[in-house]
Amino acid sequence: MSVAAGTRAALRQPAPPSFASKIKNFLRIDGWGALVLPLLVFLILVFILPLFVMLQKSFTDPTFGWQNYTAIFAQSVYVKVLGNTFLTAAIVTAVTLLLAFPYAYLMTLATPKWRTVMLVLVLVPFWTSILVRSFALVLLLRDTGVLNSLAQDAGLIAEPVTIIRTMSGVVIGMVQVALPFAVLPIYATMRTIDRRLLQAAEGLGDRPSGAFLRIFVPLSLPGVAAAILLTFVQALGYYITPALLGGPKNTMIGELIVQQVSTVLRFGFAAALATMLLVTTFLLIGLASKYFDLQKHLMGQS
Amino acid sequence: MNRILARTALILLAAIIGLYLLLPVLVVVPMSLSSSSFLTFPPKELSLRWYQQLLDDPSWGRSAFASLKVALLSATVSVILGTLAALALVRGRFPFRNAVTAVLLAPLIVPYVIVGLAVYIAFLNLGLTETTLGFVLVHTCLGVPYVMINVSTGLVSVDRRLEMASMNLGAGPVSTFFRITLPLILPSVLAGALFAFITSWDEVVTAIFLSGPDMTTMPVKMWSGIRVQVDPAVAAVSSLSLLVIISTFLLMGAVKMIRKMIDRRASLTMNEGI
Repeated sequence: MSVAAGTRAALRQPAPPSFASKIKNFLRIDGWGALVLPLLVFLILVFILPLFVMLQKSFTDPTFGWQNYTAIFAQSVYVKVLGNTFLTAAIVTAVTLLLAFPYAYLMTLATPKWRTVMLVLVLVPFWTSILVRSFALVLLLRDTGVLNSLAQDAGLIAEPVTIIRTMSGVVIGMVQVALPFAVLPIYATMRTIDRRLLQAAEGLGDRPSGAFLRIFVPLSLPGVAAAILLTFVQALGYYITPALLGGPKNTMIGELIVQQVSTVLRFGFAAALATMLLVTTFLLIGLASKYFDLQKHLMGQS
Repeated sequence: MNRILARTALILLAAIIGLYLLLPVLVVVPMSLSSSSFLTFPPKELSLRWYQQLLDDPSWGRSAFASLKVALLSATVSVILGTLAALALVRGRFPFRNAVTAVLLAPLIVPYVIVGLAVYIAFLNLGLTETTLGFVLVHTCLGVPYVMINVSTGLVSVDRRLEMASMNLGAGPVSTFFRITLPLILPSVLAGALFAFITSWDEVVTAIFLSGPDMTTMPVKMWSGIRVQVDPAVAAVSSLSLLVIISTFLLMGAVKMIRKMIDRRASLTMNEGI
């Protein structure tokens, strides 16, 4: 009798989910969810697996051990390339931000028609090949190029100003590539800022510039942070632009990787360099995704 | 007064930035028409000499054909895999969601130089370098996130009651997808396809690793034409490449307009029925 009552009570009370059923529930995949599998398997085989093969190569080619990594830091030439990579990426990020911030701000003030024009302009680099643009910049900026000859004809300069094969050439080229990735997140954030807050600050006696610095700039910081991160991470891995617009002194890690594979066939060493770049990229992205929703910014790009 | 000054300065700066973004793209067109081999600007004498050279040198045609083949195939594969994944992301339930999404978006973050080196090392043993299959596999990885992002955005706004109505009327899930869902998300699918196509068509970094005497895509051929010294034929190729992209956009615009016209027609006839 009491046993039966107990059973009935147990039936009424839902049993606490067992560990096994928790796991089962966690691993549940429905018909729609299964559609992710083809792409997932494809990317694991074609994209992720080769990255691991590369990682393995960096420890085993030519012999087993850390020697490829110690070799990077043993020679000052390579350390210089690493330093130059970070320096160039930092300068590019700073210049990009300096241009992108006012540009994005003007986009929030412009009429819808002009805003579209500004958006199309910023997306032009997105749609045209990096190769065509870098090549065009060489034609524009070289010693016998368009800008130098125009300035000389106008009597502005006596001698051509050398830009190609210098740091300024690299920065000019890379900032152009990076601008859309900075303007879009900054604009996306600025668009959501309530401009009445600025009016309120001015109504309370602040100067327009003060209101801008104390209200608008702090509110735009999430977008600015995303822009800094995306620009910097991308700039670390550039290859085409620095190779075309920079000189031997401006070699970045991407060029060094290609060089090591194509000219001296040091696969293990190139793999070690690439692994370092990859780990740096992931660390920066991981660190940043703690502070803001990077997925949203990546997804919002299109 | 101060504010007007600040706005003027801002507009001036934006105009300079706009010029900086646009000028390099536009300058290649007049330069490609120059008759001299030093690519002067403005060109002293107009000629189609460099375009003629493209026609005369069969290696340009070969690489253009290779690029077109790779871009069409990888865009197709990207559309299929990316659309399926977008359906799963928006509607499905699957474990390790964050990790899986991270893998799907990783090709947007990993520098192309690293991708190039990694697949080169992996493909060498498999004999996939310098093959169409090898190129298509890699370019699909690079293009598929754009399809996924575009289609996901499109799927969110689909009214699922339309699909339920179709199922209620007896259509199976596959038939419902092709007859109801796909037409509704078609613009997003096409935009994703365009992204994937252009990503492959312009891609040079991983292509440098995979190219060789047996197979060279057009961007790699252009790259070797400007790496050592400036080959004026590259200006002609660049202009043609711009032409392709601009006409693709115009085509997309035209398709959109025609669709709109058909839609208006359809709604008119429906109203007449009432």
